Amino acid sequence: MKRLFPILSVLTAAFLAYALYQALVIAPTDALQGDVYRIIYYHVPSAWTAFLLFLINFVCSIIYLIRRNQKADILALVSAEVGVVFCTIVLVTGPIWARPVWGIWWAPGDIRLTSTLVLWLIYMSYLVLRRFSTSAQTQMLAAALAVFGALDVPLVYFSIWFFRTQHPQPVIGGGGSMAPAMLHTLLINWLAFLCFAFLVCWSRYRLEVLQREIDEAHAMESLSGDRDSNKASMPLTRSGK
Amino acid sequence: MNAVKFLFAAYIATWVIHLFYIGTLVRRFARLKQQLRDLGKDWSQD
Amino acid sequence: MSSLRAVTLATLVKDIRLEWRSKDALNSMLFFSLLVVVIFVFSFDPLAEESRHIVGGLVWIAFLFAAVVALNQTWARELRNQVLDAYRVSPAPANALFLAKSVGNFIFVSVLEALMVPLFVIFYNLKVLGPAWQLIPIALLGTWALVVNGTFFAAMSLRTRNREIMLPLLLFPISIPAVIGMVAGTTAILTGEDSAHFYIVLLLTYDVVFTTASLGLFETVLHAE
Repeated sequence: MKRLFPILSVLTAAFLAYALYQALVIAPTDALQGDVYRIIYYHVPSAWTAFLLFLINFVCSIIYLIRRNQKADILALVSAEVGVVFCTIVLVTGPIWARPVWGIWWAPGDIRLTSTLVLWLIYMSYLVLRRFSTSAQTQMLAAALAVFGALDVPLVYFSIWFFRTQHPQPVIGGGGSMAPAMLHTLLINWLAFLCFAFLVCWSRYRLEVLQREIDEAHAMESLSGDRDSNKASMPLTRSGK
Repeated sequence: MNAVKFLFAAYIATWVIHLFYIGTLVRRFARLKQQLRDLGKDWSQD
Repeated sequence: MSSLRAVTLATLVKDIRLEWRSKDALNSMLFFSLLVVVIFVFSFDPLAEESRHIVGGLVWIAFLFAAVVALNQTWARELRNQVLDAYRVSPAPANALFLAKSVGNFIFVSVLEALMVPLFVIFYNLKVLGPAWQLIPIALLGTWALVVNGTFFAAMSLRTRNREIMLPLLLFPISIPAVIGMVAGTTAILTGEDSAHFYIVLLLTYDVVFTTASLGLFETVLHAE
């Protein structure tokens, strides 16, 4: 298992480099937007990855609420954190793209970017709760919050959608279909970023498992003031060194 | 073309954010490894 | 089921009686509400033509802040007298406590809103151009939307390090669809330019979804150590 990670990392890096090459060189230039449109090869895959990760968070939170499965809780935390990272990228690359193309950084009725902003806020509040909660039941509370957040998502989408139809918005082109060559490049980049996201999540997962083992060891240590023979059963030895 | 500046800004921003996050992971791993070593030392003093 | 109603009512009456006797929280909240309105009046020129378009937003932002301050108060009292522990041990259903708290908060926040609305009307010379009666469902549904989630998250925040700031941090993002409904609906009615029908339906849906979720998950939150 230990060998696998560096090998996958190298492969993923190569894949990402190839995807980048596709995005910048191979993909055709857009007739209307010129070369700036290539931002979508990073913007859209990041969005899809973030949504997938948040979906994983929702599923894991439900599993945790029902079964109190520790692995589900760790995965929920990991997917929320990495999801927020990708979501941040969507919110940063979006306006960078909008500025040259539409002339404005932000369109209030732009349903996709605005819903993504709300999504980012919801999962940030989830991470804040996990960080600042002092309860022994933090995981339950966070799982409950994740369920609330997920329930909110369709409401967010529809509220902004209707708001947008009532207020004139800048004409946002590009809603039409994509040239096959562009779609191909988009999918390649998405696949590359999915591999990358998988590796990041895996690392974060291992980090969390290690963190919890150490916390447990510390707690055990302070509980059993004197060092006695119980140490042999400590979970630390199974960290697979 | 002026607009291409934005293209590179977006790509660079993406990787800056990813590398920043990975950096925090690396730092935390290092700190945990240190704690592990400390814990290991304590036990050996049984 | 009657036990649920009985306990809810008893808790609610107790809260109202306590609030009425102390009057501290109520008085300071009333003054706070007045201050918020005045600050807005100085910040957004009431004489401008566009004021009717933005007043919807101003009113609900004012309500939002008043609600957050009020919500922070209500659980604090429970904590002070260790009522929460007593409640956890008793056989009373957790939902009864939640309903009582939510309805109590709803009444409390509605009182504050009732105070702020005439002030807004006076300072901004408000005239309702659309169907004014529709403001009532919007006010009721919108206030309940803030209060039901606010009560739930306030209970969640009890066990966090920065309790007072945690409530708005958790509440605001999730409330965004409701805020859109409240503000856009109110603006639509004030200006008479659009129909508020969709927003009322949106608020109703929001309320149903989150009241159900809160009732379903409150037991979990209450028993968190």
